[in-house]
Amino acid sequence: MATTTTTASQSVARGGSFLVESPRPEDVFTPADINDEQKLIAQTTSEFINDEVVPLIDDLEHHKPGVMIGLLKKAGALGILGGAIPEEYGGAGLDKVSSTLLSEQLAAYGGFSVTHGGHSGIGTIPIVYFGTEEQKKKYLPKIASAELISCYCLSEPQAGSDAQALRTRADLSKDGKQWILNGQKMWITNGNYADLFVVFAKVDGDKISCFLVEKGTPGFSVGAEEKKMGIKGSSTTALSFENAPVPKENLLHEIGRGHIVAFNTLNAGRFSLGCYCLGGVKRTIEVSSKYSKERTAFGKQLAEFGLIRQKLAEMAIRAFALESMIYRSAGMMDAFMASAETGTNKTQHMMKALEEYAIESSISKVYGSEALDFAVDEGVQIFGGYGYHEDYPVARAYRDSRINRIFEGTNEINRMLIIQMLMKRAMGGVLPLIPKAMKLMEEILAGPSFEEGSGDAFAEEERMVANAKKVFLLTSGSAVQKLRDKLAEPEHQEVVAALSNIAMDAYAMESSLLRVQKAAARRGAGDVGVMSAAMRAFLFDAADRIEHEARTVLGAVAEGDMLRTQMMALKRFSKREPGNPIALRREVATAVLAGDRYPFEYR
Amino acid sequence: MNIVVCVKQVPAKDAPLAIPEGAAWIRETDIGFELNEPDGYALEEALRLKEKHGGEVVAVSMGPERSKQAIKEALAKGAERGVHISDDKFYELDPLGSARCLAAAIKREKFDLVLTGLQSDDHGFGQTGVLLAELLGLPHATIIMQIDAADGRLKLKRELEAGWFQWVELPLPAVLSIQSGINKPRYATLKGIMAAKKKEIATLTRAELGVTVSPTQRIERIYVPKKTKKTEILTGTAKEAAAKLVEKLKHEARVL
Ligand SMILES: Cc1cc2nc3c(=O)[nH]c(=O)nc-3n(C[C@H](O)[C@H](O)[C@H](O)COP(=O)(O)OP(=O)(O)OC[C@H]3O[C@@H](n4cnc5c(N)ncnc54)[C@H](O)[C@@H]3O)c2cc1C
Ligand SMILES: Cc1cc2nc3c(=O)[nH]c(=O)nc-3n(C[C@H](O)[C@H](O)[C@H](O)COP(=O)(O)OP(=O)(O)OC[C@H]3O[C@@H](n4cnc5c(N)ncnc54)[C@H](O)[C@@H]3O)c2cc1C
Repeated sequence: MATTTTTASQSVARGGSFLVESPRPEDVFTPADINDEQKLIAQTTSEFINDEVVPLIDDLEHHKPGVMIGLLKKAGALGILGGAIPEEYGGAGLDKVSSTLLSEQLAAYGGFSVTHGGHSGIGTIPIVYFGTEEQKKKYLPKIASAELISCYCLSEPQAGSDAQALRTRADLSKDGKQWILNGQKMWITNGNYADLFVVFAKVDGDKISCFLVEKGTPGFSVGAEEKKMGIKGSSTTALSFENAPVPKENLLHEIGRGHIVAFNTLNAGRFSLGCYCLGGVKRTIEVSSKYSKERTAFGKQLAEFGLIRQKLAEMAIRAFALESMIYRSAGMMDAFMASAETGTNKTQHMMKALEEYAIESSISKVYGSEALDFAVDEGVQIFGGYGYHEDYPVARAYRDSRINRIFEGTNEINRMLIIQMLMKRAMGGVLPLIPKAMKLMEEILAGPSFEEGSGDAFAEEERMVANAKKVFLLTSGSAVQKLRDKLAEPEHQEVVAALSNIAMDAYAMESSLLRVQKAAARRGAGDVGVMSAAMRAFLFDAADRIEHEARTVLGAVAEGDMLRTQMMALKRFSKREPGNPIALRREVATAVLAGDRYPFEYR
Repeated sequence: MNIVVCVKQVPAKDAPLAIPEGAAWIRETDIGFELNEPDGYALEEALRLKEKHGGEVVAVSMGPERSKQAIKEALAKGAERGVHISDDKFYELDPLGSARCLAAAIKREKFDLVLTGLQSDDHGFGQTGVLLAELLGLPHATIIMQIDAADGRLKLKRELEAGWFQWVELPLPAVLSIQSGINKPRYATLKGIMAAKKKEIATLTRAELGVTVSPTQRIERIYVPKKTKKTEILTGTAKEAAAKLVEKLKHEARVL
């Protein structure tokens, strides 16, 4: 479908290109570009989750039989489960911006959003992208309506992060008509009530392949509900296969190509995970802001204390940066889709989009899960002792948040993936990281030049963003020069993670700035005051973090004269005006408190 | 049965409202807008009547460009067509002015029934529907709790004070103001939202409608009520305090 508002001017940006290109504000998608239909999708989802799901949270947390299934059926009837499924198979075939909005709304209850992700995300996408026509016709309409509940079964007791070490095996039966599965799976979301299991297993010892296993298959059994720290409303179980026969036609995609299925699916899952987290941060801001006005201490409302306002402001600032990145990425995916020539297979093209923006998807996952963990932690703090009590929803939100840094690739794994993927693109010539880094080296050796301020209202911020990218080029260049192929080795992970942090913050900084500039061009600079304060406060801290990470990297990979030169360059790139982040945060806090909500929605 | 339903877009209930210095209306930038809640019930009632009796539902809304969203919501929920009376200054209109514009647009339609909400969540005049009926020269009834339509007539349950109800009968065509809570409005399904993109929204201006309005009423100023709270403890014995209280109720509060 084409609800995208992507205008012709939105050129298709390559994945990862944010480090080497400087798009104009009008080239990026921002939440202010969300159209009426997309807003209606958010509205329906929000009404559904708040009217139907939230009142049943108690039942869901205690796994009252039938409640979750009933809600999934209702969600199915509204179309909420079929976002990734093309219309011809009974889905809604949503564009990325719409599905981002949908995911955000579902975050009002973590137990539901995780269930949704397991079913409509990673449990559906393998079939959408890799299924045969028969498989798609057979399963997708029923998944969209929740007649079948699906799940994604990759992890095993001995193979989590190292998923390719999975041991479950599939052997062709003697008559050649069935695959016989043996092995165990672990941590399977929706395990308890799923009807369809997308299972990864090895054929001939090492060929990872994917199979569609239906409930009731002999020799296949589902373990007991795991006792989890949070997202208790979702089901998580182990699975066991003992000579479980699966019809031959239930092989998904090709033998030995299962890892392609698995990883492409995770690219999509990771992007959505960031969207759920963004919604979670916004809900946390709402409850925390309200409570800060209800509770008094020392004769004042909590909301009057600077340290409480600082927390509320910081939650909103991180949400702003995350949101700016996520919608920018979603807009890039939609623009990529819109650029498909007529006659292109849309599904195949979408898969290419997911691959193209895998870096941005990992960033969404890491940044989103860490923003949410920060927000729920501060949320608990604002609630004080009551925040530590299960009667208050922030306690649950705190527990529910924690899983996001672990599943769909831990944040450690994703941090390394971000750099691995960037390096691969640099080596393959897709991204001109190497020539840019060389040019920067020349610039550094030529010594400082006097930079004329452009006099533009955002000149200082533009310089900070440009410098953030230079710092990435400087540090990654230095690291590659020193370590070369060894960069991927376990003993250099600290360097890689630091580079990853620089790249993520650079993307967040630029996306925030471009969004404010686009809003200022549209509405006048006087009308973006608070948003601009949020952006400035974010840039102020991000620039500090980047400098810190850069010193860490350079200290580890350079020495002698080289180190001195590079440190001097870093100092140059880290120069900035003093700024007053306390005042900026106060401004943002006032905006949060005025409406007890995240103040930049749809702006 | 062809039904016209009037849907208004109003500031979102939880929107933080700001009033510019000396202005007669709120600052509209930075706040969200939504379908006037009472109109959601009128829309649902219209859709149910259509589903029962056939015909079409046309959603009419007046306001700036953004108010098309209210029409789109109606279309997504099942209305067939939309009419947008494009008017950036509609908030300056008094209820009679609004009703004149709506009436002029509605007269261009072939309809059997016009439904409005009981009132709008922003201005809360509670008169537009009634005035509309008058301008269309049609019978009307307000605070409708139930609609039974048969043989070109309506049997209507109205809510009165203190838990009383009243049944009235009207011939069609007619104008009804629907009481909130009469039904449970449906969700717009994602399919409905997609389908709505293909539905027609006609745009009309005041000039095209040939309506000139000279306001009979004008909003001078809007402001947030000043919270004044003065607590006074009456001292003395209970008897003395009671006497002082009576005194105050008589002469200060003037409620006795
Ligand atoms: C509630 C829940 C739901 C889940 N749902 C699903 C599901 O639906 N389907 C599914 O397939 N899986 C699911 N999982 C599994 C999840 O994806 C894994 O738990 C996750 O990938 C981590 O694997 P692990 O638990 O084996 O941890 P390990 O891989 O043992 O990791 C432990 C720690 O070591 C670190 N580590 C591991 N390798 C490296 C490395 N090379 N370098 C640096 N650090 C490393 C990790 O980052 C982590 O901090 C779920 C898990 C949970 C808890
Ligand atoms: C915020 C709000 C709250 C409301 N609360 C209630 C409520 O609690 N209970 C309830 O029952 N309704 C309530 N209403 C409904 C409200 O009374 C009507 O919607 C609205 O006033 C129009 O009513 P109407 O058309 O029935 O006109 P009427 O109220 O019947 O009359 C309108 C006007 O016509 C004139 N008029 C009518 N009859 C005569 C006559 N015989 N002689 C001379 N002049 C006459 C009068 O000037 C009268 O004010 C509420 C409405 C609003 C907006």
